[in-house]
Amino acid sequence: MVNARDRAAEVARQVRDPEMPMLTLADLGVLRDVELDGGGEVVVSITPTYTGCPAMATMRDDLVHRLREAGFDRVEVRIVLDPPWSSDWISERGRAALREAGLSAPGPAPRRTGPIPLTLGPARSAPPCPRCGSAATRLTSEFGATACKALYRCTGCQEPFEHVKEI
Amino acid sequence: MNDEYAGDSSQWAFGTGFEDPLAGVDTTVPQGVDPAELAAYCLMLGDDALIMSQRLSEWCSRAPDLEEDIALANMALDLLGQARLLLARAAAADPGVVPALPEGSPVPAEDALAFFRDAEQFRNVRLAEVENGDFAHVVVRLLLFSVARLALLERLRTSPDQVLAAVAAKGVKEITYHRDWAGRWFLTLAQGTEESRRRLETALEALWPYQAELLAPHTGFGVDPATLRGEVDVVLDQVFAVSGVERPGDAPPSDAGREPIGGTGRELPGGTGRDGAHTAALAPLLAEMQVVARAHPSGRW
Repeated sequence: MVNARDRAAEVARQVRDPEMPMLTLADLGVLRDVELDGGGEVVVSITPTYTGCPAMATMRDDLVHRLREAGFDRVEVRIVLDPPWSSDWISERGRAALREAGLSAPGPAPRRTGPIPLTLGPARSAPPCPRCGSAATRLTSEFGATACKALYRCTGCQEPFEHVKEI
Repeated sequence: MNDEYAGDSSQWAFGTGFEDPLAGVDTTVPQGVDPAELAAYCLMLGDDALIMSQRLSEWCSRAPDLEEDIALANMALDLLGQARLLLARAAAADPGVVPALPEGSPVPAEDALAFFRDAEQFRNVRLAEVENGDFAHVVVRLLLFSVARLALLERLRTSPDQVLAAVAAKGVKEITYHRDWAGRWFLTLAQGTEESRRRLETALEALWPYQAELLAPHTGFGVDPATLRGEVDVVLDQVFAVSGVERPGDAPPSDAGREPIGGTGRELPGGTGRDGAHTAALAPLLAEMQVVARAHPSGRW
């Protein structure tokens, strides 16, 4: 028989991101921990992708709702700020789900030491088109419909696409 | 399912509105850190982010094209997120900074700080509050602001306060994008047409006098912004060199247009935003930002 903690963790792992529902919170890397305390309360820890992410309240409510449906009456959702979320935490399954949905998955996040250099040109290499695979793509904006995405256009198939940013 | 939620799953579509952005985060003030100094420092940085966010969000639907509209809204959202955490951190460190509200009010501390303080209680730099001008104005304002903020947050990643350090580590990633956006547009406008160049130089002339305030000395807890001058100058000089725009001379802001704040008739001679001495632009900004919350201090949303 699966113990209660593992069952709660499995329920939490299935909850989807409200803004990118092709991803579970686990695949996005925002679900950090699920514990069961001695009194039977489930304690779930999540971390925001961006500081101002407006989906945090919805994520929290979805977790509480789904865990209650699964019979866990007492659920506490905690915020974890440290270490900050990195796009490197998106799982392989998550990356495949992004591509399947026509989004471009992030490359490796920048690792810096020393002062962060100012980038006045398009220094980040443009990702290939998730639809046709062409490498001929162009940055439209480093800001997209959600905080975690940038906008590109493929000059091969002419389609615009969204790219999950490397942070 | 307990009684509070029984039979009503519709509410789950909306989240709960008010909630603590530091829920579950250890907000114990570390040993050796003065809680009042920590709160004052977080208020200063939180107010900078909040007022800048409000000005940026006023751009929504007014930018030259949809992409820039989205960019400005995104940057406003990042700063609003930083403001929420910093104001919540200030309140948790020293509850004495939170304005008193009617008994039973559900307004959380971060919102009490944002919506129930008057102009002279805000500690933001005046650069953040002056009225929006044209697109060149927002580019210059954001460049000056984010160059200094990024330098500060980079250092604060090793703050003895674990909450401030975590907010800084996350904020660095966000402000890097803001600074790049502003730097690129600065270059584009400088090398665009005569008109774009003229507008850029006009905005720089108007906003440069407020730049010094970002690096004004601060004593007590936290990284002293005055120690960031070197890093800030390296980045700004890089932008000026590449764009061929001359670095303006340093002169204090003109007092012309400066009016007594908050309707009190008081003005701090030689004071800055950090002392609560603001330009005439802050009170109307706050009036718009705060009106709904103040009309319903016991409201539930």
